[in-house]
Amino acid sequence: MPDTQVLVNDFLNKLKKRKIEGSQATARQTAELLRSVISQQRVPYTNQAGALIDAVKAVGEQLIAANPVELAVGNIVRRVLHIIREEDLSLTTAAIGGLNLSAVSDDENDDDRDGDSTLSAAAVAAAARSTLRPPSLQTLLEDTPVSAAVPQTSSSGGDSEGKTADKSSRSRKLKHDVIEAVNELIQDIVTCHEQIAEQAVEHIHQNEVILTLGSSRTVLEFLFAAKEKKRSFRVFVAEGAPRYQGHLLAKELVARGLQTTLITDSAVFAMISRVNMVIVGAHAVMANGGVIAPVGMNLVALAAQKHAVPFVVLAGSHKLCPLYPHNPEVLLNELRSPSELLDFGEFSDCMDFGSGSGSPLLHVVNPAFDYVPPKLVSLFITDTGGHNPSYMYRLIADYYSADDLVVQRRATAGN
Amino acid sequence: MGAQKKRAAAAAAAARVSEDPDDLARQPLQAILLADSFTTKFRPITLERPKVLLPLVNVPMINYTLAWLEAAGVAEVFVFCCAHSKQVIDYLENSEWFSQPNFTVKTIESHNIISAGDALRLIYEQNVALVDIACLLKLVSLSRLKLATCYTLTICFLVVLSFKIHGDFVLISGDTVSNMSLTQALQEHKERKKKDNNAVMTMIIKKSKPSPITRQSRLGTDELFMAIDPNTKQLLYYEDKADHSKGTICLDKMLLAENPSISLHNDKQDCYIDICSPEVLSLFTDNFDYQHLRRHFVKGLLLDDIMGYKIFTHEIHSSYAARIDNYRSYDIVSKDIIQRWTYPYVPDVKFCGNRATKLERRGMYRALEIEQSRSAQVGSFTVIGYGTKIGSNSKISDSVIGEGCTIGSNVLIEGSYIWDNVIIEDGCELRHVIVCDGVIMKAGAVLKPGVVLSFKVVIGERFVVPAYSKVSLLQQPTVHDSDEELEYADNSSGTVEFSSIQGTADQSNGEMTSESSEAHKPKLGTGGVGYIWSICEGGQEEEWRHSVAPIPEDKLTELSEAMDDDQELVTQDRTALSTSGELISDSNASEGDDNEDSKDDSVYFEKEVEATFLRAVEENVKVDHVILEVNSLRLSYNMTSADCAGAVFYSMMKLAIKTPHSSASELQQNTANIITTWQKLLKSYLLEIDEEIEIILKFEEMCLESAKEFSPLFARILHILYDKDILQEDAILRWADEKEGADESDKVFVRQSEKFIQWLREASEEED
Repeated sequence: MPDTQVLVNDFLNKLKKRKIEGSQATARQTAELLRSVISQQRVPYTNQAGALIDAVKAVGEQLIAANPVELAVGNIVRRVLHIIREEDLSLTTAAIGGLNLSAVSDDENDDDRDGDSTLSAAAVAAAARSTLRPPSLQTLLEDTPVSAAVPQTSSSGGDSEGKTADKSSRSRKLKHDVIEAVNELIQDIVTCHEQIAEQAVEHIHQNEVILTLGSSRTVLEFLFAAKEKKRSFRVFVAEGAPRYQGHLLAKELVARGLQTTLITDSAVFAMISRVNMVIVGAHAVMANGGVIAPVGMNLVALAAQKHAVPFVVLAGSHKLCPLYPHNPEVLLNELRSPSELLDFGEFSDCMDFGSGSGSPLLHVVNPAFDYVPPKLVSLFITDTGGHNPSYMYRLIADYYSADDLVVQRRATAGN
Repeated sequence: MGAQKKRAAAAAAAARVSEDPDDLARQPLQAILLADSFTTKFRPITLERPKVLLPLVNVPMINYTLAWLEAAGVAEVFVFCCAHSKQVIDYLENSEWFSQPNFTVKTIESHNIISAGDALRLIYEQNVALVDIACLLKLVSLSRLKLATCYTLTICFLVVLSFKIHGDFVLISGDTVSNMSLTQALQEHKERKKKDNNAVMTMIIKKSKPSPITRQSRLGTDELFMAIDPNTKQLLYYEDKADHSKGTICLDKMLLAENPSISLHNDKQDCYIDICSPEVLSLFTDNFDYQHLRRHFVKGLLLDDIMGYKIFTHEIHSSYAARIDNYRSYDIVSKDIIQRWTYPYVPDVKFCGNRATKLERRGMYRALEIEQSRSAQVGSFTVIGYGTKIGSNSKISDSVIGEGCTIGSNVLIEGSYIWDNVIIEDGCELRHVIVCDGVIMKAGAVLKPGVVLSFKVVIGERFVVPAYSKVSLLQQPTVHDSDEELEYADNSSGTVEFSSIQGTADQSNGEMTSESSEAHKPKLGTGGVGYIWSICEGGQEEEWRHSVAPIPEDKLTELSEAMDDDQELVTQDRTALSTSGELISDSNASEGDDNEDSKDDSVYFEKEVEATFLRAVEENVKVDHVILEVNSLRLSYNMTSADCAGAVFYSMMKLAIKTPHSSASELQQNTANIITTWQKLLKSYLLEIDEEIEIILKFEEMCLESAKEFSPLFARILHILYDKDILQEDAILRWADEKEGADESDKVFVRQSEKFIQWLREASEEED
């Protein structure tokens, strides 16, 4: 336990001091941390899933509070919670099924699920979701009854202790399965760029003009993938004031031999009529299909809508947030230092509070993010394929368990 | 400009990518944090709590410094505690700073340290002692002493070892807020050190324009003049106590001779963050009179060209750094934090275990569990701490409210800093004040701008605390400490006194009043507890400069008018120069200035002497006392005794002419009387013949200009003066001789007194 505590504190510090940048890095590190928390957690004989959930929730609550703006942390905590619930459910159903069949060993679970008709449909759905495959229509239709059934089954997991012989192996099994699934999740997060980039050729066509804003690794990989497939196209890069990460993106694009044009953010509207598609990265995708993205994105989206240019958002599944944006401009935003906008020394006389009324006439506001409403987004490309904004909430229902949406609030109420 | 800026930003972004913590990790960077400012500017608050623990936007100041040091890659911090060292150490032990990975905080405690210089000397001594003890240990092991001694010595050794400074270190005081990256400055410092072993220090500076009207920086410190070599960034001149009345600064000629180019700045702010080489410590030890880091150490190094140590500067542009030196900088830095210039050290980022706070629209920071009445108006750029209650119709703007405060209804709070657990009852008004922990303000109390209420003070009902006053439960120390005195107060005795006062306060007011019956402590209204401190000597004028309140309008207009006058003078000078048509060499110009100055001075001096004299006449002051007073005037205006004699004589004559008289003879009589009465005064300045001549010249001048009534009486009064032994015949004769060659118009009086002079000459010849 002390080991994980050190790790948790270390990560908390990093989050608090804003030392980790980028949601992918944050997501991966969160998942890795939770994996070690789970593996260190001692599991009691009864209600193992409950113990794991409590442990993850306790850590998760701290992590979320450390940097509420970085939504990826909360997403991963909820994903892990969901994984625990699903694994528990599948084990329970397998155990019940095992009572009937009496010969099925746990190791053959996967094969059984595909073939055995005696397993409940719920277990099949759970298995499908836990492996994070693109959801089929069937799983979607069955989604509601399953999530309602989850709390009952997790408690029934404790009830079904009549099988004493199986118990120890089951508890080890649960932890093992959960860690396996979390490993898979980490793998997904690491490879999400590639999975998204694989779809590049389907979206970028010959001689097209693509516009992007700021710098996003996902976008970069996406464009490279298209380039590697011998597509020739041009890229307009809006520089992304005030951090000007567009400059870095332009540099890297040119290094890979892509025809690149760098423009100011304010020139987006002038250039949009020559653009075939806008492809941008996101900070987070909300449950309603709205996007939290680097500042200036709303402007680009509006310009794209005006000229009927498709506005495509690339987002790994770890950016999918099950929350709805209330007051997104403020609560889900980070106001960074004004010094990114202007030099403090040059304007120091404008900020002399000593004279006059005592409050300065000049205020400098530097928000990091914009909120793009769902109606402006044409398409989301995630690692599971392309989706409509209106489809997001279903995707979310697949990745998260309804019980965990309010993980934060319940935990604080508990305190 | 725009393109440039962007390029810079892109470069910065690129640098950020390439910037590697490994660079710093090779040699763990150390820092010395002085948890004491060695000044008394934050009194009376600092009598009860050390400055570094005072909350700045609800977080103790030292946390900002430590958080920055940690983020900047410092591995080890030595916190040097003097005043209230126990409080500082207790606080740090309970904080999370002792449990950080890769960041160690160690405290050094010492009570007899009164300046930064002493602190550094102590650290140096311990460094040296380390070597000594290492030698000792060897000896001990050789001589096979008892095991127990060995043990104690080892323990000693370990204790000392923990304070070892083994490379470049950051010297900072615990009241500094910054978010700059040290990487570049450190690298520059190391590269310079490699090339030139004398480059011992790099000073961090930042651009910040001083106000042209008040002649102080926005942080309330004095205007700073720096001469920097634009190529090497070497600091050549540092002056923070420039004389504004003259509007000139003096540079050593050698500076210009030795350096090909110099840029002189007054728009730089000293951030008080220094990167020092270990030599700095030994320098402090060698020069045991160095106390103040800037006034003594920096200036000392700059002036001393024997050792040839050099100080360099590193200017930061986009990042923030400022030191809280006085109440005004407390106010300004708080506002900078609220405006997020110090990001990520802002209230809604939990950089040091501060409570979760949310940033809402218009810069409102609100912690959890705030009870706010619907009709309360909380304005922009306000911070409200955890668990605070705000009553109906209260208005709060530009303020910081701490945790657990209770604010009644119809309260007005503007630009104020209210710390934890303060109770403000209905209808109070607070404008630009600091209110410490546990203060109670009874209904209707009013705090005028600039007031500071120290811990647990109680302000009575409807009591109005006058502007700029400081109120504390502790009495003002009767002995006025010098500037060097630190905020060190004996901890235990302070708390004892404190609790006893509390006890009495709870019982009744009677005891309290008897205790505070001394004249200079007005009561704080009914039920009030505490003493209003009288403002220190000469403080009245300076108070508005350093207080939390903005500078009042009338002060500003007054100052700007004064400045306009100055400028007129300057422009007059310029026109004079240009009309003359040729460039006057520098030395001449400065001489001219001097003359101008001295003329001004002498006019003032004369007026002062006259006023003194008239007062003496009116109040029958003893002659000796008048002499004393005139002497002190003479010293302060830097005048010769001839000037004194002239001035005294002038005022005597002035008095004579003012006394009512009907005829010339009556005037003569008056003059004679006055001269008789005050001859002792006059004589005390007539040490030599020159002074006597001066008197005659003065008299002549008066007769010609200001007091023409005397002109017919010139010879007679001269005679009186001679009779009274005020003037000797030599003086008169010399004067006559001097006038020999003068113009006819100048000779009027010589001619008038020709007979008298003739008589004198004959008399002296007879004597011969």
